[in-house]
Amino acid sequence: MLAYRGGTPVCAAQFLADARALAAHLPAGRHLINLSADRYRFAVGLTAALLAGKVSLLPPTHTPQVVRHLRAFAPDVFCLTDSAECDVDLPQVRFPDTPSLPVPWQVPHLAPETLIAYVFTSGSTGVPVPHPKTWGRLVSCIRAGAERLGVAPGTAVLATVPAQHMYGFESSVLLPLLAGGALAAERPFYPADIAQALAALPAPRVLVTTPIHLRALLAAAAPLPSAERLISATAPLSEALAREAEARFGAPLVEIYGSTETGQLAMRRTALEQSWRCWPQVSLAIQAARAWARGGHLEQPTPLGDEIELLADGRFLLRGRLADLVNIAGKRSSLAYLTHQLLAIEGVLDGAFFLPEERAGGTEAGVTRLAAAVVAPGLSRAALLAALRERIDPAFLPRPLLQVERLPRNSTGKLPQEALRALAEPAPREHA
Amino acid sequence: MSMSELAPTLPPALQTGQPLEGELAELIVAALNLEVPAGQIDPEARLYGEGLGLDSIDILEIALVVSKQYGVQLRADDAANTQIFRSLRHLAAYVAAHRTK
Repeated sequence: MLAYRGGTPVCAAQFLADARALAAHLPAGRHLINLSADRYRFAVGLTAALLAGKVSLLPPTHTPQVVRHLRAFAPDVFCLTDSAECDVDLPQVRFPDTPSLPVPWQVPHLAPETLIAYVFTSGSTGVPVPHPKTWGRLVSCIRAGAERLGVAPGTAVLATVPAQHMYGFESSVLLPLLAGGALAAERPFYPADIAQALAALPAPRVLVTTPIHLRALLAAAAPLPSAERLISATAPLSEALAREAEARFGAPLVEIYGSTETGQLAMRRTALEQSWRCWPQVSLAIQAARAWARGGHLEQPTPLGDEIELLADGRFLLRGRLADLVNIAGKRSSLAYLTHQLLAIEGVLDGAFFLPEERAGGTEAGVTRLAAAVVAPGLSRAALLAALRERIDPAFLPRPLLQVERLPRNSTGKLPQEALRALAEPAPREHA
Repeated sequence: MSMSELAPTLPPALQTGQPLEGELAELIVAALNLEVPAGQIDPEARLYGEGLGLDSIDILEIALVVSKQYGVQLRADDAANTQIFRSLRHLAAYVAAHRTK
């Protein structure tokens, strides 16, 4: 089986027939944004695009401003959607509702250098940065990890993350397809839904998820089905949460380290070890005070956004994000980029995004949000938030958004993080 | 003192005579570390997107709080789900109808 949709198995012949039929139905443009929420349809859309010689664009978010940039990047871009309420401002192609008749099994051949997708990061200047992904390098990365991630022929893979971001693209779409597993079309959200969707799949089954979903699952007290393996990425998981997850699911939990730029690079069994093991053939090095990854599926040495401590045996420890970079619930950006977006709003005289103090407990205490201070005398709070919502992913919307008369700049005009944090110190709570 | 004189000093959530709305508002503000005081949340305003400005990470957090406090397991395939997070009032009504503790 290649997929499960609502508990119903879908065979490879059906998948190829659906992809062929969709390929014939796609417009002439060479670039598409595949917004299919149903993971099976996403995979069909991806394959149809390949059959028709098209390239998928995977942006980090779909704010109107990012969509404008994507249109400038690829003027012929269209959007493939399975929702009647899609409001992305691009020519839209609705996913056909009727399944096609299965055709004889014949896997299409792709040359390794075929460009499959551009995965975008938000960049630091306001323009999303494209990262080209070729078939050969994606396959090499996924194959290198498949065995360690516990996905073998016949393994069903359920994911709580979207197919459209690098982690979900690799682990919930490419991994099952390339390792002979089966992908589950659903993307369950609430703990009870995740447990039910997992229990509905035949064993062996793997859950691809994030620290946020794991925490919710473990706290929900609902009975959890067994799994063959748990996979987590997007933000570091605590050892305590990893141990509890392993005990409750009766499965090893493997954490993946990677990025949009590099793809998956390393893994660790978080309940048992702190240090990360690189993918075979991949190695890290520190150069000019920055960690770089190279070898394996990487086309060239690529700088990483994290502070890294190399260990003697080739393993490494993560020591946190580089100063300007932020990771909110698995979405990555930089304070410089977000501040740039704030300052570009008409009526904003000065402003800055910053990280408030982490709440004690890290992952266990929930997600810490960004804060921003802004000088914009003529703009209401609602107007500022509406303008930001047009420009940045909602996960980065400031909480709090502090409207101030001036920013605490020092004599050289710089903004010390401590001074900004002092602004965000909560006033003693009023008791109504 | 009549109710009409008292009303303006009470938080909107409490004016309706629905203590569950006020209780939920307090829980949400504490769980999400919101800046807005619980009493100032308009029980009719949208929770998601504009309005209170919550996103899916917050919704998951609220689902957790609601399951711990009231024993209500939220489900996406529940036909009422899209309604539940329309406002504090909708959420309170749903919790009131399904609570097990």
